[in-house]
Amino acid sequence: MSVITYDSVKVGDRLPEHVCGPITRTTLALFAGGSGDHMPLHIDSDFCKRAGIPDVFAHGMLSMAYLAQLLTRWVPQSQIVNWNARFISITPVNATVLCNGEVMKKFDDQQRVLLSINTKVKDGAETLSGEALIALP
Amino acid sequence: MIDRKFIGMTLPKTSVDVEKGQLRFFAKATGETNPIYFDEAAAKDAGHPALPAPPTFAFSLNLLAPQKVNWLQEMGVNIANILHGEQAFEYFKPIYAGDVITLQSRVADIYDKKGGALEFIVMELDAENQRGELCVRQRMVTVVRNSGAAK
Repeated sequence: MSVITYDSVKVGDRLPEHVCGPITRTTLALFAGGSGDHMPLHIDSDFCKRAGIPDVFAHGMLSMAYLAQLLTRWVPQSQIVNWNARFISITPVNATVLCNGEVMKKFDDQQRVLLSINTKVKDGAETLSGEALIALP
Repeated sequence: MIDRKFIGMTLPKTSVDVEKGQLRFFAKATGETNPIYFDEAAAKDAGHPALPAPPTFAFSLNLLAPQKVNWLQEMGVNIANILHGEQAFEYFKPIYAGDVITLQSRVADIYDKKGGALEFIVMELDAENQRGELCVRQRMVTVVRNSGAAK
């Protein structure tokens, strides 16, 4: 990873796109176990049908984990000060997820930058939208 | 409607071990390619004392910790009607494999929109390590869809 310095970053700079997936049923089973989220809506299509939902869909926190990778591929994790995501729409099974970020503001006194970040389903809707405050050397 | 008396309620503290096998499982499940998250030698070469927990793993600690109270059930919420609306993390200290994390949760707010059709439960969760250091503060917004007549 090349070191991203505060002085080298401009408002409007975009982070390298991080492409994840496709999210298969196997991915969802692994993420249920790996993350501790055993909600049947994400792994049990029989449960979904009984609840009137056509099929399983991906955990929102799986896409947020992918968004975290967008950040940790840009800077070491220790430089993430705080961040958030709003869950806008569900991610269907077999989706490919595109993670993107853009520098919105620079705070000279703190050497921090505010990023706008989001995930989208490839050829589909925006799924997560948020902001991240990053400290830069 | 959820009783607003729950606002300010603090849940019993609960503790959970940060297991390196669980961190490796999380890394595999998320397609992680950075070896510091699953290879101890790589983590140590990068200056970490053990495998670091990735940024969203604190949320999993909430789920992996033994729950003494099912707060949604206490509030009378049907889990078939909930959605995760928003999630935020603020970091103070890193979490590593081998840490024992104590979680403290508080109901920060409950409010509704669309005449009560949607209710929002805002939880704040602090994760402290075995040295009593605050590592991560989370804010979680759960959306409850109230369809039809209230029970």
